[in-house]
Amino acid sequence: MIEEQVNGQEKADQTLPDHVFEDRRLFLKQTMAFAGFTLAPVSFLTATPDDIPIGDHERVKLSVTINGQKRRLSIDPRMTTLDLLREKLTLTGTKKGCDLGQCGACTILIDGQRTLSCLSLAIMQHGKKITTVESLSEHGNLHPMQQAFIKHDGFQCGYCTPGQLMSAIACIREGCAGSDDEIREYMSGNLCRCGAYPNIVNAISDIKNRGQKV
Amino acid sequence: MKPFQYIRPKTIKEAVQAVADDSQARYIAGGTNLLDLMKRDIEKPEKLVDINHLPLKKIEVKSGVLRIGSLALNSAVSHHAQVVKRFPLLVQALLAGASGQIRNMATAGGNLLQQTRCPYFYDTAFPCNKRSPGTGCSAINGISRLHAVYEVDISNPQKACIAVNPSDMAVALMALDASIMVSGKNGERKMALDELYHSPATQPNLDHNLEKGDLITAVELPHAPLAQHAHYLKVRDRTSYAFALVSAAVALDIRDHRIQAARITLGGVAYKPWRLPAVEKQLLGQPISITAFRDAGVAALTDTRSFEHNAYKLKLIPNVIAEALKIASGLS
Repeated sequence: MIEEQVNGQEKADQTLPDHVFEDRRLFLKQTMAFAGFTLAPVSFLTATPDDIPIGDHERVKLSVTINGQKRRLSIDPRMTTLDLLREKLTLTGTKKGCDLGQCGACTILIDGQRTLSCLSLAIMQHGKKITTVESLSEHGNLHPMQQAFIKHDGFQCGYCTPGQLMSAIACIREGCAGSDDEIREYMSGNLCRCGAYPNIVNAISDIKNRGQKV
Repeated sequence: MKPFQYIRPKTIKEAVQAVADDSQARYIAGGTNLLDLMKRDIEKPEKLVDINHLPLKKIEVKSGVLRIGSLALNSAVSHHAQVVKRFPLLVQALLAGASGQIRNMATAGGNLLQQTRCPYFYDTAFPCNKRSPGTGCSAINGISRLHAVYEVDISNPQKACIAVNPSDMAVALMALDASIMVSGKNGERKMALDELYHSPATQPNLDHNLEKGDLITAVELPHAPLAQHAHYLKVRDRTSYAFALVSAAVALDIRDHRIQAARITLGGVAYKPWRLPAVEKQLLGQPISITAFRDAGVAALTDTRSFEHNAYKLKLIPNVIAEALKIASGLS
């Protein structure tokens, strides 16, 4: 069982669909036979404690703050930040669209900066603060940007919406929502197959013009 | 994705050592290109050396030279006051590239070393001399719409490659006479940006002229009076978030309405940002005029060749150059 630390208290990981990873580990062990262990670099075995994240080809330790909660996890080094959120922590608000960095559906904030969670390794977020769409509403009240998307009909199927929201908030914070043209340019990394673009621009422009804090 | 070991060295020396000593090790910075390639099993490193914690993010001006740390993010460079003031051309090129999210991840060094976006390179079902040397180039007789028109040699089918370099940033840097600082096993050295790129003529699988373990630590831009009369013009399939079909970075030193110095570099047309020294020379001493700029655009077509689907680039190139020069000189 993998341990994590929530708010300073050690407890068993309750969010983990770990059979997935156990299966993969078993598969790897079988296919790699003992090669993985016999070839495990000596540097790992002799690494000092402050060298974290450390690990072997199968597991590395990760400490990361997600939506204000500190998490200590043990993950496969290949896991993307997106898969960490969706598959391991069941934070499924962040969406997987293309998984190749082309659509923006997976946009999250890392240390306040919008980034693509599908094109980053989870282990590279060690020590960082991740903000996902789940953190936007507070006490059951939608974030102003969420409200603006509803008001302006800024989505149809809604699949790209979490990425659009995170990007829209960042766009305003970056000071790049000065005009409709500027919004279109700085939101170009978020694709919407339903074509809700004009309404998304209206939603962002509305929030910007009202000077609402995002 | 193939399993790999992940390490995070504390010093440049340790990082260089880790990659130099292990043929299967790769550096990872922003990861926006490498991870994409790893997911497709095109890149299969057994060790990833994360360099993001090395002290290479600084952007500073020293003795008139702008030094951009190789880990400076594209977004950070494009917003930096000294860059905005001294090199608006670089800012334009950076903001014409990728998206807000990717610019927050991509680094200066990684941008220079990014892989081509030739669709045949990415599709492992097709032969590709760059990905699998000796198998042939699928683009030559395939869909060649995005491909090169300069320095194209297809005489040897087992070595031919007509892929283009996709960077916008590098096109501006080339026009601005950039150099790069490289740390390797034998210490640090400086090289002209132009020397970084490996011609596809012999070994198209080699993208650059760096040795195993070499790490780009900085990009340097000399002070240039022509950096102020400059423009980056990018033509692409959609208004934003697309690679260049043809782009031009131009910079002019204008005195008394005459051109004292000119820099013209094209993107999307060759394996590297394509500088046009002969065209630059042709412009010297000329008064700024639409005629001179049109003539320069036509002169750029010397030594080009097109394929079935990219002949349109030979019509675009003169127009893109002339238009960029017009804007840079204030004529339009």
